[in-house]
Amino acid sequence: MSAGLDRAALAARIAQDIAEGSVVNLGIGAPTLIADALPAGLEIILHTENGMLGMGPRPAAGRIDPDLLNAGKQPVTELPGASYFHHADSFGMMRGGHLDICVLGAFQVSEHGDLANWHTGAPDAIPAVGGAMDLAIGAKHVWVMTDLLTRDGASKLVTECTYPLTGVRCVSRVYTDRAVFDVTAGGLVVTELFGDTTLDDLRELAGLELRDASGRHENEEMRS
Amino acid sequence: MISKVHENVLEAVSGIADGSTVMIGGFGRAGQPVELIDALLAGSATALTVVSNNAGNGDAGLAALVGSGRVAKIVCSFPRQVDSHVFDAVYRAGRIELELVPQGNLAERIRAAGAGIGAFYTPTGFGTLVAEGKETRSIDGRDYVLEYPLKADVALISALRGDRWGNLVYRGTSRNFGPIMAAAAATTIAQVDEVVELGSLDPEAVVTPGLFVDRVVAVGERPWLRDGVFVGAEAAS
Repeated sequence: MSAGLDRAALAARIAQDIAEGSVVNLGIGAPTLIADALPAGLEIILHTENGMLGMGPRPAAGRIDPDLLNAGKQPVTELPGASYFHHADSFGMMRGGHLDICVLGAFQVSEHGDLANWHTGAPDAIPAVGGAMDLAIGAKHVWVMTDLLTRDGASKLVTECTYPLTGVRCVSRVYTDRAVFDVTAGGLVVTELFGDTTLDDLRELAGLELRDASGRHENEEMRS
Repeated sequence: MISKVHENVLEAVSGIADGSTVMIGGFGRAGQPVELIDALLAGSATALTVVSNNAGNGDAGLAALVGSGRVAKIVCSFPRQVDSHVFDAVYRAGRIELELVPQGNLAERIRAAGAGIGAFYTPTGFGTLVAEGKETRSIDGRDYVLEYPLKADVALISALRGDRWGNLVYRGTSRNFGPIMAAAAATTIAQVDEVVELGSLDPEAVVTPGLFVDRVVAVGERPWLRDGVFVGAEAAS
């Protein structure tokens, strides 16, 4: 048994929860790995906030088109059915609630679903926010993909965020390497545990009240 | 006969005054009007306020303008990038003022200016640093921040093709801020790969109607775009 999932496995796990027909925005960084994990043959429409629906994977070498970039300014391709639009329309799609899911990275998520992912607040840091605040409040479902712990071993799930906020009470689910958490009115609910992580481990690591809906007890024999 | 076509980029950017607010299209390098920026740099306009999503990539285009010391203030959403060393240095030296605006608010403020909207309530940024000191309001149980339009004296944008009336079509994700900046500026200057005969753009496919555009200049095929195959080194980074 292991402590949890690696990045690619976590991306694959998140991809399983994206239904055919969904319009999805994958944030810069780790969430972009989810694109490669989406089941082949399902029509899932990727939105990129710089102005495209129907975004395809990276182009083959030598076929890079500088007019065709994703939000991370990486070269991408266009799939059949794709469309282009200007920035005000693109962010209207978010703000107007037309995107089904967005998946973002995080510095911290509070137990109420507050998100901090744009600024460490360090005095010498150059702030850059991009579309993070619009995504955080715009999509119908805002999911976070992150390691549970920082490199220093601090929990990214917290009672209240100490970093500057990206959005207030906006996150609905947090996928971490150790477990999946749903944000509910009654606090965080653990819906799935990865590896040999236990509820008690999570309570100790995060220092939070957690409700158990993992079904670990019922499934223990099946999974071992 | 109406003709907004200018013979060269230097002529196209003439008359930009010191202290102007200049919108510059582009998301990273896609849609960045590099030839117009170079022409602006060849002139003397200074103490500029620049409105653009980023603050320059690499050393060319917007980065060169920022590095020239002629930009007093930049309004943008994402200045810090892996290749924003020019902006980083100027900012850390305290030689440029930064107004950081979430990307969707930036786009909507620009759109609002072009559409004659006095101000608008947006949920983006509520409860965050970017809303500090701003008017807020709860509408139907949701919290909003009041944001004001962002207009400009000049917009520099890049499109694929244009005609002498200023009608424009774009290519791929290079469209980004072009259409909304065109509407938000008193004078809109568009560089295009090619100026085509009036009537040869499909009216159903025109993205920016010519009334939003004041000057059009052809810069020729961009060397890094040839038959859809990436051939240059510049855009690789």
